[in-house]
Amino acid sequence: MNFVLLIFLPIMAALFVPLLFRKLKDIHTGWFVLLVPVSLFIYYIGFIKTTMDGGHALSELQWIPSLGISFVSYIDGLSLLFTLLITGIGALVVLYSIFYLDKRKEKLNHFYVYLLIFMSAMLGVVQSDNVISLYLFWELTSISSFLLIGYWSTRDGSRFGALKSMMITVFGGLMMLGGFVLLGIMGDTFSIRELIANAPTFVGHEYFTLALVLVLLGAFTKSAQFPFHIWLPDAMEAPTPVSAYLHSATMVKAGLYLVARFTPIFAVSEVWIWLVAGIGLVTLFWGSFFAVKQTDLKAILAFSTVSQLGLIMSLLGAGALAYHSDDPFFKLATFAAIFHLINHATFKGSLFMIAGIVDHETGTRDIRKLGGLMSIMPVSFTVAFIGSMSMAGLPPFNGFLSKEMFLQSMLAIRHFELFNFATWGILFPVIAWIASVFTLVYSFYFVFKTFAGQQKSEPLPIKPHEAPVGMLVSPVILATLVVGIFFIPNLIGKWLVKPAVMAVQPDLYSHPSEVDVDVAAWHGFDAPELWMTVSLVGVGLVLFLTLKRWQKMYDIQPEYLSLNALYDSAMFVSEGGMNKLSRFYMTGLIRTYLIYMFAFIAAITAATLFIKEAFVVDMDSFSPINLYGVLTAIVLVVAVCMVLLAKTRLSAIIALGAVGYAVALFFVIFKAPDLALTQLVIETISVALFLLAFKHLPSLNNHGQTKRNKLGNLIIAAGVGITVTLVALSAHSQKLIPSISQYYKDTVATEAGGGNIVNVILVDYRGFDTLFEIAVLSIAGIAVIAMIRLKLSRKGESTDENK
Amino acid sequence: MEFLMAIVIGILFMAAVYLILSRSILKIILGTGLLSHGAHLLLLTMGGLGGTSPPVLAEGVTDYADPLPQALILTAIVISFGVTAFILVLAYRSYAEHKTDNMNLMKGNDEHD
Repeated sequence: MNFVLLIFLPIMAALFVPLLFRKLKDIHTGWFVLLVPVSLFIYYIGFIKTTMDGGHALSELQWIPSLGISFVSYIDGLSLLFTLLITGIGALVVLYSIFYLDKRKEKLNHFYVYLLIFMSAMLGVVQSDNVISLYLFWELTSISSFLLIGYWSTRDGSRFGALKSMMITVFGGLMMLGGFVLLGIMGDTFSIRELIANAPTFVGHEYFTLALVLVLLGAFTKSAQFPFHIWLPDAMEAPTPVSAYLHSATMVKAGLYLVARFTPIFAVSEVWIWLVAGIGLVTLFWGSFFAVKQTDLKAILAFSTVSQLGLIMSLLGAGALAYHSDDPFFKLATFAAIFHLINHATFKGSLFMIAGIVDHETGTRDIRKLGGLMSIMPVSFTVAFIGSMSMAGLPPFNGFLSKEMFLQSMLAIRHFELFNFATWGILFPVIAWIASVFTLVYSFYFVFKTFAGQQKSEPLPIKPHEAPVGMLVSPVILATLVVGIFFIPNLIGKWLVKPAVMAVQPDLYSHPSEVDVDVAAWHGFDAPELWMTVSLVGVGLVLFLTLKRWQKMYDIQPEYLSLNALYDSAMFVSEGGMNKLSRFYMTGLIRTYLIYMFAFIAAITAATLFIKEAFVVDMDSFSPINLYGVLTAIVLVVAVCMVLLAKTRLSAIIALGAVGYAVALFFVIFKAPDLALTQLVIETISVALFLLAFKHLPSLNNHGQTKRNKLGNLIIAAGVGITVTLVALSAHSQKLIPSISQYYKDTVATEAGGGNIVNVILVDYRGFDTLFEIAVLSIAGIAVIAMIRLKLSRKGESTDENK
Repeated sequence: MEFLMAIVIGILFMAAVYLILSRSILKIILGTGLLSHGAHLLLLTMGGLGGTSPPVLAEGVTDYADPLPQALILTAIVISFGVTAFILVLAYRSYAEHKTDNMNLMKGNDEHD
């Protein structure tokens, strides 16, 4: 079977969702939707055997072959891991949403359509081998995420959060497209596998670093890395199943996927390692530090997600060091990144579901109002406890294992010699340790402030009780995985992680079994990471117990100095600034616009003349001075001055007529009898027309034009006039080819049988001009009649005067 | 002769632009009239002002004026006449409707955006 088509299965299924929702009102639509991720999950499990052997599967669907763009589903260890996460957690989330969303009150037809679109898009992102189709699916995740965040579209917060996430992720997406195009130019292909094969030739290419930064911008915005993380907390306005699925387990990991996928291309670069590891570490610290400040359960989880994504990102950066050093710890880093990615998806998914349950069963997510739910909601508490302890990195949960490996890798960076790491490397384990302390604090804060202690005196909006079984199934499954993975880490490692590591570092391994990592919970007393863990647990506990005393510290930072305020003011300033700018030059006055046009025409033409040194006057090409011509010229100039200086409209019209007759005289002098005739007649009619309209027209009026205005007009008019003269002189002096008129002169009698060459040209050689000139005249006539006779009033009332 | 004509054309263009930039609708129409005269003369001048005979076949004549620019100008004259007549009536209608010929007042307002 051509399994690339499976990417589109969820979208196809989405077509039927509205139908099912309308026709089968008694059954929750989610049950039908559930079939899609479950069947996909089961199908994709079949690929584990292929990837465990170091193989891959490939399936292609041509899209635009002439441009080298196609849908290619390429399944290796890395994409299979993500695919299983997407379909597996997708199934659990759909199951959870069936109980979370009420089938009568909610617009389920919208919800599941968006969710299925998102599922297709995510599968496309992680399986695409073609960067252009990868970008297509990438933007589709942004759009479906936008729709899901704004699901409760009547709430202001939802719309704001949806817009913010859209602006930031689409900005990153566009940057990423730029990076992809540069990669395509460098490698002459859009296929990721071929790009990786060509990667050694990219080093030192002028686009290499630019492409690297652009691709990273895409990854950082999507994965909510500092300083682009600000959209993620606002995205918590989405329904909780969406937060659990998109904003913890899948979409935010698309950036991590991208970094992992492109590591074989970019890892040779110092910029890549510094950016990925550095930004990841900053994000880790920032997210964990600010998570303790939050009072909303989902906001705590959002910041914790940001922080954990930073952790994985920094591990991917450290893993890239394996391209430069044989130190086994850097090989461990990539393993740790992938392993923690799985762990994070399990415990964060379950924690979000618990937050949703607490919200659903108590009516609030505000941690200040919650407390003492342990005895009321024992199952939820157990799941939350397992998830939080895993997040904090304590045994016997899977987070402990990845945390240990993380500390090991960060410690190893100290010893890396290249790229100035000898100077700054010590910062990595220090920041990692501090961030881990805060991680522990917010994990405890999350679970114990909600479930332990006394119930608050103020009654909760809903009388709390344990959630229905259906709602608990998904978080319990995830929590089981959290504990299970702790006991069988090497099995997970063999099945999923090692094939993925091989995909990230294809140059280092030829078979997944060569990845030499054996996850162990116990390293012995002399291992430094053990003492780091012990010390951070101690410090973390002290900090948690004294939380009340130092939590006020967060109020020191004023609101207007936050990154959110920066984003808000950037949006405000760009909108207001653009508004001001366009109001500044769009005055609504026709004079202003004409000044722009005339000034630019004159300036650009004159500048071109002088820059290109095109201004040449060739006296020899001119015909001799004609006395009558000079006299007519004087008459014409005098008449023009009269038009300009006329005080009354009658004298202006007469002067204009004089100009026209002078032009007719020129036509006589320059041997153009037909022109002279036409000009005389037309000028007469024109003057007559002016006189006819005379009594209806306003008198000449300056309308309070100032001297300055007039001077400006004069300067621009002089500029245009001089430019025209210069262009005319140089154009006439530099004729490159002779006129084609000789042909007309030679053939007018033999071919057309006429003697008047001008007339034969008009009706015979170039008769089409004449045809449409007649059309212009008729249209003008009809328009004149229409304007005079058809007087539609402005308010739309038809008042025909001629009735 | 072309040198002189180039200057005359420059003056025509200058006067035309000056009038078009003014605020009165009638002056703008006068300006467009001058502009088309300038353009027609420019066409003629660029074709070359030499030639001793008009472009009508005659016995024993070889030095005709260039007929092609003349044909082009003839077309242009008729079209500019059509357009002038149209904007003249347009100006009349707009004056009748708005009771003003001040272009500064005819800029619409935000209600109609």
